[in-house]
Amino acid sequence: MAAVTLLSTENLSKSFGGLRAVDGVNFAFPAGEIRALIGPNGAGKTTFVNLLSGRLPPSAGRVFFNGEDVTRLPAYARVNRGIAYTFQITSIFAAMTVLDNVGLSAQRRLSKGSFGPDPDTLEHAALSALERVGLSKRRNDIAGNLSYGHQRLLEVAMGLGLEPKLLILDEPTQGLADEEIAAFVSLVRDIAREASVLLIEHNMDVVMELAETITVLDRGCILAQGTPEEIRRDEAVKRAYLGT
Amino acid sequence: MSRGSFNKAAALHLSAVGVLFALHFILPDYHHGNLARIMVLASFAMAYNISFGYTGLLSLGHAMFFAAGLYTAGLMAQFAGLGAAGGIILGLAAGFALAVAVGCLALRTTGVAFMIVTLMFAQAAFLTIFYFGEYTRGDEGFIIPSLQRHLFGLSLAEPAVRYFVALTLFALCVAVSYGVARSSLGRVFAAIRENEERTRMLGYNVFLYKLAALAISGAMAGAAGAAYGLLFGYVGSTFASIQYSIFPLLWVLMGGAATVLGPFAGTLLMFYLVDISSAFTTANMLIVGLALIGLILFFPKGILGTLRERVAPWLP
Repeated sequence: MAAVTLLSTENLSKSFGGLRAVDGVNFAFPAGEIRALIGPNGAGKTTFVNLLSGRLPPSAGRVFFNGEDVTRLPAYARVNRGIAYTFQITSIFAAMTVLDNVGLSAQRRLSKGSFGPDPDTLEHAALSALERVGLSKRRNDIAGNLSYGHQRLLEVAMGLGLEPKLLILDEPTQGLADEEIAAFVSLVRDIAREASVLLIEHNMDVVMELAETITVLDRGCILAQGTPEEIRRDEAVKRAYLGT
Repeated sequence: MSRGSFNKAAALHLSAVGVLFALHFILPDYHHGNLARIMVLASFAMAYNISFGYTGLLSLGHAMFFAAGLYTAGLMAQFAGLGAAGGIILGLAAGFALAVAVGCLALRTTGVAFMIVTLMFAQAAFLTIFYFGEYTRGDEGFIIPSLQRHLFGLSLAEPAVRYFVALTLFALCVAVSYGVARSSLGRVFAAIRENEERTRMLGYNVFLYKLAALAISGAMAGAAGAAYGLLFGYVGSTFASIQYSIFPLLWVLMGGAATVLGPFAGTLLMFYLVDISSAFTTANMLIVGLALIGLILFFPKGILGTLRERVAPWLP
């Protein structure tokens, strides 16, 4: 059975002045997969996902999500259609409580009419997202006072609060301790049962453990794509990473 | 947030309005008149607080919304014989409409650019008043005919009527601010203030929410401007000048941004600082300035903002 394509791009390009950060990428991503996007520094990974999430407008090409052309849609409208993005640099509401942070991500989805959701429903939704990442005990802490690792988890909980079809995780394990990474890997597996996950990651152990398919970007183009085993053996990938 | 803190906060705001009601029967004439004026100006400050305090939009042009209400009510009274009730409603509508129009353009910018664009729009509004000097009489201004200064048959020149109209406006603005602060709309406003990009990436149309904040703020400022003109009988271009864009910012900062009663505390303090110091010296602004510096040193988040931080975290 052929998997349904959740997200695809057609000749997607982005130039900054003379630099072609993303150069004519044709990318297809079936629903229900964990996909890793890797590549050397400056390969255009973050630019590419910014084009997917709508934070940047493309210079050329198109983006399709769930059968719809979303190229012209602003970022917030893509989020509403199910593309959630968690930031590479932790981006939370530092002055608010942990519960309010996640509440804000669930609030819009649960709102009916102009008066917002019922407070109990909202709290329940926020708490269930917090439970999944293991932060429910910290619900009343001020988010800015959490440890770095917990802030990363809060980011993910805010993504889950959106109930996305696709969760884009931009270098989620950066700066985490080893045992936090192990917990994170099982969290992503848990998330992947309901949503597709696009993972940008530098930590190769995490990538090899989680990804079903790996896409390698280099200088704005797709260099290789395949299973972790295929990518591990790919000569072009080795050259790109080692610079030989 | 627990239900207990909800009741505590609601009780506090109700009793604040209650105390102002009781003061009507106690205060000597001079302070009674001052307080009526302060309540209207505090309503303007509360309007500013919706956009600046809760949503983080630092506008330097709010005088134009206040003046939109003031001039709409004043000119309609002068040339169309419109009474006070209609004047206040039209003033509110004028503030709202101007805020939506200016917001659609100014909200395309953020940060310093937003400050400059709002300042420029306000200067344009200020100059428009002079352009139509034939009707507005420029900086000399005009007196609203006393025949039009009547609400439901009661003369607004009457101190008691004036006080209660000011109190009603004030109480309504407190109710709106309180409602916004506690609503899901207010939570999104706060989210935009804290982290705009994050809010956008949670699926909120940030532009529309900011426009809503500015529209609510403009409507409140317009109503306050209309009431100010009708209650005190004078319309002049000073109220459209940069000074009246800076005042609400100062009042809100002094009282505590993003607190419901902060704008009132700030307006009250500033009004009496000027009033008392000018009894001693002509260099009264020096004393006001020193007091402001002291306040920033010891209450960096304003009076109520600092109280909330230290003793009363439940304060909305």
